[in-house]
Amino acid sequence: MAISEPQIETLEARELVIDIPGRPAGRPLYLRIAPGERWGVLGPNGAGKTTLMHTLAGLRAPRSGEVRLGGKPLSRLKRRELARRLGIVFQTHHDDFPATVRETALIGRHPFIAPWQQEGAEDIARAQAALERLDLTPLAERELATLSGGERQRVSLATLLTQAPRFWLADEPTNHLDLHHQVAVMELLAEQADQGCGVVMCLHDLNLAARWCSHLLLLYPDGEACWGAADSMLVPAALEGLYGQALTTAMVDGAPVFVPKR
Amino acid sequence: MADASADRVSRTRGLRPLAWLALAALLALAIALALGSVGIAPDELVAVLLGGGDALYQTLVLELRLPRALAAFGTGALLALAGALMQILLRNPLADPYVLGLSGGASVAALLAMLAGASMALVSGAAFVGALVSILIVFGLAHGTGSWTPTRLLLTGVVMAAGWGALISFLLAVSPVERLPGMLYWLMGDMAYAGSPWPVLGVAIASLLVVMPLGRTLNVLARGGLQAAALGVAVRPLEWTLFLLASLLTAVAVTTAGSVGFVGLMVPHMLRLRLGNDQRLILPASLLAGGTLLTLADTLARTLIAPQQLPVGVITALLGVPSFLYLLSRSR
Repeated sequence: MAISEPQIETLEARELVIDIPGRPAGRPLYLRIAPGERWGVLGPNGAGKTTLMHTLAGLRAPRSGEVRLGGKPLSRLKRRELARRLGIVFQTHHDDFPATVRETALIGRHPFIAPWQQEGAEDIARAQAALERLDLTPLAERELATLSGGERQRVSLATLLTQAPRFWLADEPTNHLDLHHQVAVMELLAEQADQGCGVVMCLHDLNLAARWCSHLLLLYPDGEACWGAADSMLVPAALEGLYGQALTTAMVDGAPVFVPKR
Repeated sequence: MADASADRVSRTRGLRPLAWLALAALLALAIALALGSVGIAPDELVAVLLGGGDALYQTLVLELRLPRALAAFGTGALLALAGALMQILLRNPLADPYVLGLSGGASVAALLAMLAGASMALVSGAAFVGALVSILIVFGLAHGTGSWTPTRLLLTGVVMAAGWGALISFLLAVSPVERLPGMLYWLMGDMAYAGSPWPVLGVAIASLLVVMPLGRTLNVLARGGLQAAALGVAVRPLEWTLFLLASLLTAVAVTTAGSVGFVGLMVPHMLRLRLGNDQRLILPASLLAGGTLLTLADTLARTLIAPQQLPVGVITALLGVPSFLYLLSRSR
């Protein structure tokens, strides 16, 4: 057994078809996300980006194929074990009950604390450091309900940073963020990748994808898909086909910039 | 270990409100023992509780008032705990122990037993069976379907409750007039039906022991099923545990005292307004506060217009609504 295990821990999609009701199977995905890689998932609304993220996180069963973490199918991993190695930032939040920013960051430690134990000083310190990293320290005692959309988004990222998994899935991590914090969050994700994490993010901003992603996966609404190194995927014609939108391309600071044509 | 200091901080922060609530609970029980057709002074009450004092007071306190006060305490504790669990299960702060139709099933069965002229014990037994039937129907309907969500469970329960409600109205309409007061008291909740307090107290304590280790997991579940699953919670088994536990607690409470309203909805809410939403604090606090509220309410119910008794459900609402609105207006 041990001989066939891969040397580096990877997140793999094998012959994966995500389950979107009423859609033909399309092209099965074979993805191998390695530590240090920054994958961007691009596609129009309804192409299945969020469904793919949930499937990669083991929160949703695929229609066929499987997702493997470190060579093991997700379905054979215990939820708690999985949560120590893989984490996700969701696009929507369910803040039905009152909670402070600090408490929300701290739940990232949940998979690491035994049921009968309380959060200890180390857990609290990790949450504090994550809040600091996302400029949230002044808001630590605020109720979630009082936050702006962008602030709430940063709290979610702080929770994931507190969780500190090996694989990061981020569903539109720059949602609601101002320009400065968009860049700050992309820097955070790049930094995590440099430290040996595998990062997958859904993005709507082609220019963020062009600047920050090492690999890209393009998802089409009919289930078609293509993927590969970012340079090879950033072909204007392919992107125009993906969104059904004409684009103007320019080079700025050595990187392509895409602007929709009027 | 370095954890110790932070550990202590969070523990003491939680312990203080619990100590106050425990004190309030003891005070409420003392008031329940002292007040009634015959008032008993504090020193005499202490003497009786220590095994001495007047023989009449002995009977009055130990055999009449104490069992009823403890039964009221246990019932209130169960309802508040069940409400807190149901709110987390359904991720809906407006949920209460009866929202899934359980009290409706119990009520229909109890009213049928009353209509048949059954004894008090049989009415309670029928209520328990009715509650179980309702639990099984909702469980079966919500469980049998493929995509299970709290919303689906809630809808199933709410529709069941509406169905039971129609049956209750039907039973009331066709029942002979002389049976109506008893039926209405049962529907509003009345401690006069309570027998021995030990079943409710025992279930309350046992269930607290079951849910306390789940506290932090429930905090995570309150953030939504997906978020909880992403943080390592086995959501589906946990949700069914919550459903069955909350239902069982409610069934025992309803069997003891009929469907006392308000406690299960408002007590956890009032506590959240003051103490935040850490279930490790909210669950034991609900137990104590729910018990205290129902003990006080029952004392008022049997003394306010004595010798006549009011249904305790009327008092819980009359006491609770203004204090809840006050807390709400003062909260952020």
